[in-house]
Amino acid sequence: MSTHTNDYVPHAPGYVDNEGPKVVTSRFPYEDSFTMERSLATGGYEGLKAALAKSPAEVAQEVKDAVVLGRGGAGFPAGIKWGFMPNIWPRYLVVNGDESEPGTYKDRLLMERDPHQLIEGCMIACYALGLNQCFLYVRGEMPLAHERIATALNDAYAAGYVGKNVMDTDVSIDIVLHWGAGAYIVGEETALIESLEGNRGQPRLKPPYFPAAKGLYYQPTIVNNVETLANLPWLMVNGAEAYKQMGSEASPGTRMLAVSGHVKRPGVYEVEQGVVSFRELFYDDNFCGGIRDDNELKMFIPGGGSAPWFFEDQLDVPMEGRTVGAAGSMLGSGALVVMDETTDAVKACLRVVRFFARESCGKCTPCREGTSWEEKVLQRILDGHGRPEDIDLLLEIGSNISPGTYPVAAFGDEGLEAVPFPPKQTTICPLGPSSVAPITSAIRRFRDEFEAKIDASSDDAAEPVGAAAGGH
Amino acid sequence: MTATEETPTTTGVPFTLNGVELEAHEGENLIDACDRLGVHIPRFCYHPRMTPVGMCRMCLVEIDTGRGPALQPSCMMTVSPNMVVNTESEATVKAQDGVLELLLINHPLDCPVCDKGGECPLQDNAYAFGPGESRFVEEKRHYEKPIPISDLVYLDRERCILCDRCTRFADEVAGDPLIHFVDRGAQTQVNTFPDHPFSSYFSGNTVQICPVGALTAKPYRFKARPWDLTGVESTAAVDSTGARVAVQSSQNRLVRVLGVDSDAVNWGWLSDKERFIHEATDAEDRLTDPLTRDANGEFVVRRWVDANRAAGEALSGDADRIGVIGGARLPLEAQFLWARLLEAKGITNVDAQLGDGLDPAIVSGAPRATIERACNPGGVVVLLGADPKEELPSLFLRLRHAVAEDGVKLIELTPRASGLSSYAKARLHALPGTAAEVAAAISTGASAAVGGVDAAELAKAAELLGSGAPVTVLVGRANLAESPDVTVAALSALHDLVPDLAVLSGLRRGNVHGAIEMGLTPNADGTEAILTAAVDGRIDTLVLLGADPMADVPNRDLAEAAFAAVSTVVSVDTFNTASTARADVVLPAAAWGEVDGTFCNLEGRLSPLAAKVTAPGQARADWIIAAEVAAAAGVDLEVTTLGETRARMSAEVDALAGIDLDALEGEADGPLLAGDHAWSLSAPSVSVPPVDGYGLRLLVDRTLWDEGTMVHHAPSLAHLATTASVSVAPGVLDRLGVAAGDTVSVGHANGSIELPIKADGRLPEGVARVPYRANGFDAGALIGDGPVVDVRIDRVGS
Repeated sequence: MSTHTNDYVPHAPGYVDNEGPKVVTSRFPYEDSFTMERSLATGGYEGLKAALAKSPAEVAQEVKDAVVLGRGGAGFPAGIKWGFMPNIWPRYLVVNGDESEPGTYKDRLLMERDPHQLIEGCMIACYALGLNQCFLYVRGEMPLAHERIATALNDAYAAGYVGKNVMDTDVSIDIVLHWGAGAYIVGEETALIESLEGNRGQPRLKPPYFPAAKGLYYQPTIVNNVETLANLPWLMVNGAEAYKQMGSEASPGTRMLAVSGHVKRPGVYEVEQGVVSFRELFYDDNFCGGIRDDNELKMFIPGGGSAPWFFEDQLDVPMEGRTVGAAGSMLGSGALVVMDETTDAVKACLRVVRFFARESCGKCTPCREGTSWEEKVLQRILDGHGRPEDIDLLLEIGSNISPGTYPVAAFGDEGLEAVPFPPKQTTICPLGPSSVAPITSAIRRFRDEFEAKIDASSDDAAEPVGAAAGGH
Repeated sequence: MTATEETPTTTGVPFTLNGVELEAHEGENLIDACDRLGVHIPRFCYHPRMTPVGMCRMCLVEIDTGRGPALQPSCMMTVSPNMVVNTESEATVKAQDGVLELLLINHPLDCPVCDKGGECPLQDNAYAFGPGESRFVEEKRHYEKPIPISDLVYLDRERCILCDRCTRFADEVAGDPLIHFVDRGAQTQVNTFPDHPFSSYFSGNTVQICPVGALTAKPYRFKARPWDLTGVESTAAVDSTGARVAVQSSQNRLVRVLGVDSDAVNWGWLSDKERFIHEATDAEDRLTDPLTRDANGEFVVRRWVDANRAAGEALSGDADRIGVIGGARLPLEAQFLWARLLEAKGITNVDAQLGDGLDPAIVSGAPRATIERACNPGGVVVLLGADPKEELPSLFLRLRHAVAEDGVKLIELTPRASGLSSYAKARLHALPGTAAEVAAAISTGASAAVGGVDAAELAKAAELLGSGAPVTVLVGRANLAESPDVTVAALSALHDLVPDLAVLSGLRRGNVHGAIEMGLTPNADGTEAILTAAVDGRIDTLVLLGADPMADVPNRDLAEAAFAAVSTVVSVDTFNTASTARADVVLPAAAWGEVDGTFCNLEGRLSPLAAKVTAPGQARADWIIAAEVAAAAGVDLEVTTLGETRARMSAEVDALAGIDLDALEGEADGPLLAGDHAWSLSAPSVSVPPVDGYGLRLLVDRTLWDEGTMVHHAPSLAHLATTASVSVAPGVLDRLGVAAGDTVSVGHANGSIELPIKADGRLPEGVARVPYRANGFDAGALIGDGPVVDVRIDRVGS
């Protein structure tokens, strides 16, 4: 299928079939893209066949050569990650399908629309890593994805693409499907492993629990994102050279970007990495087609709720991990949230912070207590009980979760302040620090909005709530 | 101590701590290394006896391992070569200050009414490392406070700082994962699951390790303030493990007992019995005055000299017609003096066990093991006795850690699954009476089951015992309805198979090992022989040293008959018991916590017993009673002080040679008795009849909470006593055609009793279990003279 409709695909809710090369969404326009029949009719499992014809080392080298960057958030090259596995057996592949970053919904489409492609990718990765046990962890709130993967997995087992003696070779690989219970933190790889083991989903400390060394059941474990693995079938069929023809030199291939918010056509787009800029994505007719009602852009989140905000100034940054990182944020999981001039910055800030406060697992003190404190202060400001010192207080709470200068993109005349990402943290995982990003972004850029709300607060409301309530 | 005083070891790992170059041990945890080197890092969740989790974030320090300084939790970091650690840097101080402010935002400021106030790590750290002032003006988190999570422990979730100490303890130390985190984020709370209270034998430890006042113990709540408390180190004497404790009092009342970390014994943990049994010391109905009978047979209060004279006269009759029972509850010094007195009088009918123990030769006639030896990684432990969880709970925690974490391999040679069963490598659940046959079959091999034990399990045991690993046998009395000879014969059979095994005595009663060493338990069947002699008219005077044969001797009919037959009973005790009620002379003794003395635990390890409060009324220390009764009986023991007694003991008892009993206080582990035993245990022969067709073999054993005198007198514990019932394997219920909860009749030739029946998966088929001294029925009534007891269970009514 080479013709692009440049519009929504009705049976793939949210997906926009834009112009451009397609690596992982090529089957989406077919209504029955999730079936074994459609998959086989459109080159399904050809990548696995090609991989099995090579040695595992050759497959791993191909992935390394193609520089397949992880699509889950950190953007680490998968081939290099695989190289960290020590020579210890048993070892496991865990597929992170617990997509839950605010704004992200690309992996859900991949799992719902093309489960065979994912299964094939898992098989290729397992073969390259020389392991025979894969766990596919699907987020609890995605029943359709779970159902389709389960069906696809049964079909693939029946057809001999998974299980004992794959495609009549002496390779045997099992894939276990696991349904999560619904927690954002389980998207963090060590928390996902804890959850998979049947424990409470809470992150483990790295070191010593780097998954590649001590992962699932304290054995070497590779945790890969759904989209990362979905790239592998295409790569095996077409080769690393063809893969690197797409995208930029540092970030070859395509990415699925999920755009939401105040654009005319929000949705998931597969675009070449580092070629398209934010401006093109938001305004080009091939993509989102402009800001709603032709309003002015106020700010946008370039990589999920955890990412520091971008503004007008960063619109021309090309979309790849390297450049976005240098500009002071991250492309993360490819979730873009666009907010126009009608947006209340304080409310937007609260909305993101509240998410992290509610999703904190409660393990580390700074995150458990700090995020809920931030939420309460922001809510109080919005309720008309703000105090002038609350702005500094918010920044201070943030610095106790994420010490040091937090990366904040350009604001006003002060230019670009680029700090390496991820930030320093007093917590085990980056969830707590993620709540700091919207606060520092909003306060530095829109301090006047905070101040206006605080100035409008009634005098008696400045009375400390705890004291008024009698406190303890 | 400053960071520079420690002498570096040659094999150490060099690292820099606050600018000073030091050495850590190989693989040493950073926070431990800093503690050892005199640099204190604040912490809440870290506990040296549990797995570090790094979640309170209080111990964050700046660490540079070559990639630039970063904040890391020091409890999770192993010191690596050339690591640079800064516990005082700006970033460290800021992080610690921040964590404390965050911990305090939702913590109630109710310190003035909090039990922990004054000894609270959160208070202490807030003063030392905190910001001093809170910027939090929002409403604090609210929960119902406090809620009971067990019979003994209350939880105040508002005070909780979610450090995971109690939950980790319950899961990894006690093996009772009944409290857990529920909900998430700021709503995370510790709680129990609905209808599953935290009913652990070890729940009190969570109160002790709670770094705030979130967990409080019912017996101590609002009883005292920490600054009113004074304390001494002592030893828990309620069982023979000898757990080290700190005893604290306020206004001359014992109010709290805390575990003290002793590497050799209890690692700081205590069972709830050891922790809360001190309540009995404070009980209303203690014996406070010497008593004798008047002409009408009524008790009258007497002066000590008169009572002593009466006791002295009783001891001055024909030595062969006097029997002395008890002494296992006395401190070593009193045991020594009583033994000297009895020796001077030529009295040889003496026994400190009450018919529920074993031949003392298992202590004196076998190489003796320490707890450390039993728990040493790589070893094999054979459990030939009662469930240590029920009888020796602090020892159970050590054994559990050994088998769960350290790879010690456990063989159960018991009548039922014990609290350690899930970790056992071989489970030899021998039908009562067959333990010796089963033990013998381990070496000879068997093609069919022996005593209900599969050949496969026997083969597993044979492999473990033949592996060459050091073997320790924990020997105790698994079944009070079975002749103790069966156990000794089984031990002997194990010795035939493993000649270099060592024995860890599982005799449970307090200071019974001291009594054995001092000579108060010369015979295997002492108490039964004494009582039989009394029934036969060969003994007419009984002297009871803290013993209640009417309740403690399993063969209850025999005890009853003996008391009816004798003419004089002298009882030295702390409480009115069934036996003191039958006494002619009653001498009130000071209880645990009221006297100084020495304790000898099941390893033969000596530790101090300390006086913290004064005894009520005229009650006196046992050693004084012994000395004065001796004087009244015309024997001069030549001691007027405890110190003189100890000097005599050191001079006269070989096992105490070179041990200064005055210097035990403050010794972390305590010295072991001198002397090593060669194997000299002879196998008794015991013949056990076959089980009759529809009979079940009776298993009578103890539970931690029973109707024992001490538990009965501790208000917080008394209601925990097990309720009487008979349990059988689930399959047996069907065979009998009864349902769990039904009332059944349990009977044998001499009578029957009606009890509710329960299913218990830990029991093998063919066994009926009735707990000893349970609330409502005492299984002693079912126990007779035979080597085993067979019972039949019948439906009652339609």
